[in-house]
Amino acid sequence: MKDLAKYTVAEKFVLVALRILIGWHILYEGFAKLLIPNWSAASFLKESKWILEGFSSWIIANQSVLNIVDFLNTWGLILIGLGLILGLFTRIASISGAALLLVYYLNNPPFIGLEYTLPSEGSYLIVSKTLIESMALVVLAIFPSGYFAGIDMLLAGRKNK
Amino acid sequence: MATTDNSENKMENSQGGIKRRTLLKALVGVPVLGVFAYELIKKYSYDQEKKARLVKELGLDNLPLPTIVKSSKGSKNDLIRVGIIGYGSRAVSHANGLGFMHPNDVEARTKNNNMADWLAQEDLNVAITGICDVFDLHAENGLATARNTVRAGGAAPSALPVKRYRTYQEMLDDKDIDAVMIATPDHHHAPISIAAAQAGKHIYCEKAPAHSEEQIIPLYETVRNSKVTYQLGHQITQSVIFQQAREIIKKDILGKITLVETTTNRNTADGAWIRHLDKNGNPKPGDETTIDWNQWLGHTPKVPFSVDRYYNWTKFFAYDIGLIGQLFTHEFDAVNQLLNIGIPKSVMSSGGIYYWKDNREMADTLQCAFEYPNHDLTLLYSAMLANSRSRGRVFMGHDASMELGNAINITVDGSSTKYKKQIEAGLIDPSGPMVSFNPNSGKVDAVTSATEKYYAARGLTTTTINGIQVDVTYLHIKEWIDCIRSGKTPSANIEMAFQEAVTCIMAHKSYVEKRRVEWDPEKRRIV
Repeated sequence: MKDLAKYTVAEKFVLVALRILIGWHILYEGFAKLLIPNWSAASFLKESKWILEGFSSWIIANQSVLNIVDFLNTWGLILIGLGLILGLFTRIASISGAALLLVYYLNNPPFIGLEYTLPSEGSYLIVSKTLIESMALVVLAIFPSGYFAGIDMLLAGRKNK
Repeated sequence: MATTDNSENKMENSQGGIKRRTLLKALVGVPVLGVFAYELIKKYSYDQEKKARLVKELGLDNLPLPTIVKSSKGSKNDLIRVGIIGYGSRAVSHANGLGFMHPNDVEARTKNNNMADWLAQEDLNVAITGICDVFDLHAENGLATARNTVRAGGAAPSALPVKRYRTYQEMLDDKDIDAVMIATPDHHHAPISIAAAQAGKHIYCEKAPAHSEEQIIPLYETVRNSKVTYQLGHQITQSVIFQQAREIIKKDILGKITLVETTTNRNTADGAWIRHLDKNGNPKPGDETTIDWNQWLGHTPKVPFSVDRYYNWTKFFAYDIGLIGQLFTHEFDAVNQLLNIGIPKSVMSSGGIYYWKDNREMADTLQCAFEYPNHDLTLLYSAMLANSRSRGRVFMGHDASMELGNAINITVDGSSTKYKKQIEAGLIDPSGPMVSFNPNSGKVDAVTSATEKYYAARGLTTTTINGIQVDVTYLHIKEWIDCIRSGKTPSANIEMAFQEAVTCIMAHKSYVEKRRVEWDPEKRRIV
């Protein structure tokens, strides 16, 4: 890893800003699910196409599994969002967020020939915003943005003592 | 990371504490979270207020949530012994509704993991003690179902013997049968119902109740003069959605309704009642040795046995009145349960056999217009068996339209008088559904998707009853069983059945006689 001192102020700023923006988005996605009564991933999973289709229908078919998925999804998003905004366990939050987003993407990838009943809010061909956001989190996992600005700085400082 | 040679960390260590600048940087996320929390609360209250205002403007506040009425315990002691007459595919649903299932179905559903909702169904304290079918194979299925030890609602296996009756008369003569469910081909409905009422057996009869004026009048009189509980088999009005549609009508959300459009949209051979072949194209089972053909024909003209007639009876007017008897009956019941329009003043039907050019008599394309001048309303039925474009069931009022299917969508009319102000103020958007009720609703979940707007953020959503998917046929049967015990009148009672039968017979007569058919309310005759 590069020496932290070697990053310019501008480099640090954009990476931290990117982290906070994605954190904000993911945190709100989590809260939005929490605030909708009886929210469930079922209707999203029902739309699932491609490699995760079978797995998704298995989840829907099992109410208890579905409940667990709903719970983990909502609270996972909230925790990842908090981690990214606060710069706390930044790398774990980034990697988990990237993985979660990749799962969303793989459930309804905009491939030619896969038709969805719900309209998408943009125009996508293979690449969607979900995939890009996932990749952006991979970038954040590689650069130590939690140590530019974030609670991770304090944790590192404590370990150093 | 801990080993990073960081100048700031060095400084911290050398000074024995954390520099203020570092602390500020470390806590950069905290003010962001503060702003987030503030905005979240603002957004939440904005959404709540908007939803509440919208719902209030439409007068939909305090909409009661549907519940299942639990059967009263005291009356449950008396076991009701049910006989099933005609054990085809429809009777399978009846048996399931009563809490019985064929061992093969139990196995298949257990494998597919969808037994839970059925098992949760309340025990109605009934036993299937008789099966009557002219076809041995069907009768055997019925017997195996009635004897199965796996029961819904934790009920004990039935302790009573299950008897096969060769004729329905034999079953009706038996004192050990309290109630019958009739799911035969349609030409038997009225004669069996009349005989059952005369024998004092409660009746659950599939639609259509009768095929001619000569049948419906004695049926109506016999049931009315008897003490039996009559329920016509129309399950769709038991859906949660229907209870809400009823409230919407009651609250006059739609304004003056002058047109109701109902449709049938199918495009398969099965949907056109060509059902005598199995998946491999071979004729389905049944021949003269296993089917009591004379009994099957009943009062209809004697014709030689034919697998076509046995399985595809709907095609022939001797056994049925086509689309009107099979599908418009459901549409009529749905509309009549909501609007109480009763028998129309006049009916005009037209159509023809334009696609399925086999030996059928029934139309495959049919339009019927029912006029209700006393209600300022036209009811339209348009059926199509060669195109499945979903045209829905729509109630059209001056202020809004309601599409009523598995969900309800209310779209405010752009030229509405009632909602003029709200439309101008931008609170109501007439370009799309304003409120939708969906009993199975969940929200689409994808971090970047904007489908929330498209979906249900527009209004209310409800769950299925108590979070359980409830079978509507079960609810309809349960209503019948509860009414047998309480002496109350079920929703699809003989009055409703009479109105439906007369309306359907008028429509059929109009199609066959190619003329406008009217109802004389004084003489209670079709003219």
